[in-house]
Amino acid sequence: MKRHLLSAADLTRSDAELVLETAEELRSLADRPIKKLPALRGRTVVNLFFEDSTRTRISFEAAAKRLSADVINFSAKGSSLSKGESLKDTALTLEAMGADAVVIRHWASGAPHLLANSGWVRSSVVNAGDGTHEHPTQALLDAFTMWRHLGSLDGRRVTIVGDVLHSRVARSNALLLQTLGAEVTLVAPPTLLPVGVEGWGVETSYDLDAALPKADAVMMLRVQRERMNAAFFPSAREYSRRYGMDARRMGTLQDHALVMHPGPMIRGMEITADVADSPRSVIVEQVTNGVAVRMAVLYLLLGGSESALGGTTDVAGDAGKDRTIEGADGSATAGGAA
Amino acid sequence: MPAESASDPVTDPGTHHEGRTVLDSRDISRALTRIAHEILERNKGASDLVLLGIPTRGVPLAQRVAAKIAAVEGIDIPVGSLDITMYRDDLRMRPARTLLPTEIPHGGIDDKTVVLVDDVLFSGRTIRAALDAMNDVGRPKTVRLAVLVDRGHRELPIRADFVGKNLPTSLVESVRVRLAEFDGVDAVTIAGVAARSTDAEVLR
Repeated sequence: MKRHLLSAADLTRSDAELVLETAEELRSLADRPIKKLPALRGRTVVNLFFEDSTRTRISFEAAAKRLSADVINFSAKGSSLSKGESLKDTALTLEAMGADAVVIRHWASGAPHLLANSGWVRSSVVNAGDGTHEHPTQALLDAFTMWRHLGSLDGRRVTIVGDVLHSRVARSNALLLQTLGAEVTLVAPPTLLPVGVEGWGVETSYDLDAALPKADAVMMLRVQRERMNAAFFPSAREYSRRYGMDARRMGTLQDHALVMHPGPMIRGMEITADVADSPRSVIVEQVTNGVAVRMAVLYLLLGGSESALGGTTDVAGDAGKDRTIEGADGSATAGGAA
Repeated sequence: MPAESASDPVTDPGTHHEGRTVLDSRDISRALTRIAHEILERNKGASDLVLLGIPTRGVPLAQRVAAKIAAVEGIDIPVGSLDITMYRDDLRMRPARTLLPTEIPHGGIDDKTVVLVDDVLFSGRTIRAALDAMNDVGRPKTVRLAVLVDRGHRELPIRADFVGKNLPTSLVESVRVRLAEFDGVDAVTIAGVAARSTDAEVLR
């Protein structure tokens, strides 16, 4: 069993599809008068945020609360973290408080992995974005949004545009979308493509105009100035002209193609306001879907006696109603407290 | 929990589950026709009725009862489904289960007479969970329960208002409902000790 969600690569195709199908059932909750389900009653979810976040933290908080979990928000500002407490001591504090899951965002790539594998905590660890590494729940909500609009992602073409180098969203999406059968093209200036991108199994291009007409979905990335320590492009204006999504470029898309952005977006930089507010843009819907997807992840990790992700045997014959689990994998059984 | 798999016949993967046929296709149809009439009689017509099937087998049963009511009264009554997965009292005892669809008909259930429809009534725990689930959806005027088979062995103070067939069973027997919508055939079968133990092996 996988108790943690650290990387989009942890998810097999059947895991990812289970998350999407579960999210689909949970999405209807938003239309009900009582937006609450009892699945995680008595469980504690800690949001541990070492880096600023609006959408992700609120989204995880709403997801955990709608599943009736107790939520503790812990952010670097205004806590002992700003006094220089180490990740280890923070983790031991959380363990002492009896957290069943820790949702962690950290500026250092690999921090969630360290937390999950250090033995400091027994809880499930969910990566909510670590440095320039990964952001798996963002990839799941992006895939979920595309899946709802486009149906199966098999053979679909997704173009990811912009600051790939600093983007954990791009990395997680590239992994997950390929797991789900989509073809991914990364478009960026040469300076903003990471070293080793050849090994990702994706196509790369420097030419946005050539990539757009065949795309089923275009994902615009924010230029992460705060992570830039060198001149990656001559000027913001030149970047916008070559890699920004504007009305003219949107006109070259296929009729069904979606325009996406993980947020926060810089209007006028990577995307113009008229595109962001156009009917093709699913940016606001991505936020709505984020809550459903995070509910699905928390439910599948914490809802039962053990995680439903990473099952070795998937008895999907009867609509997957009962997933018989053989106790073959005894590797991680410390589990959330029952 | 022994009640577990048997209260929920779908969980039996037993393709070898032959057993004795208790109801065939025509018996099931007659039972549902009678249930439809009893619902109408009890409700004094089809006004304010909502049928909610409990997935998976309860949903097509609810649709069939609704079709029979429509044939008698000429009114299409709302049919929906109510997933009880997250309200199960044994949710924490197994890996998280796959969710099933919940569809509340347009118009909701507030101040309506809701008839819950399920295939087999056994321990009563599914129905308890359904009542909890409904609590989060709205407040019906009345809730009634219709089941195709009541096999006894209740563990909670719950009873059905409309029963297709009362089927006295022993705890080691298993009851399986197959419906054309999922299984290509309509049949209710009961299997004894021997078949039960092979099923148990498949499960574990």
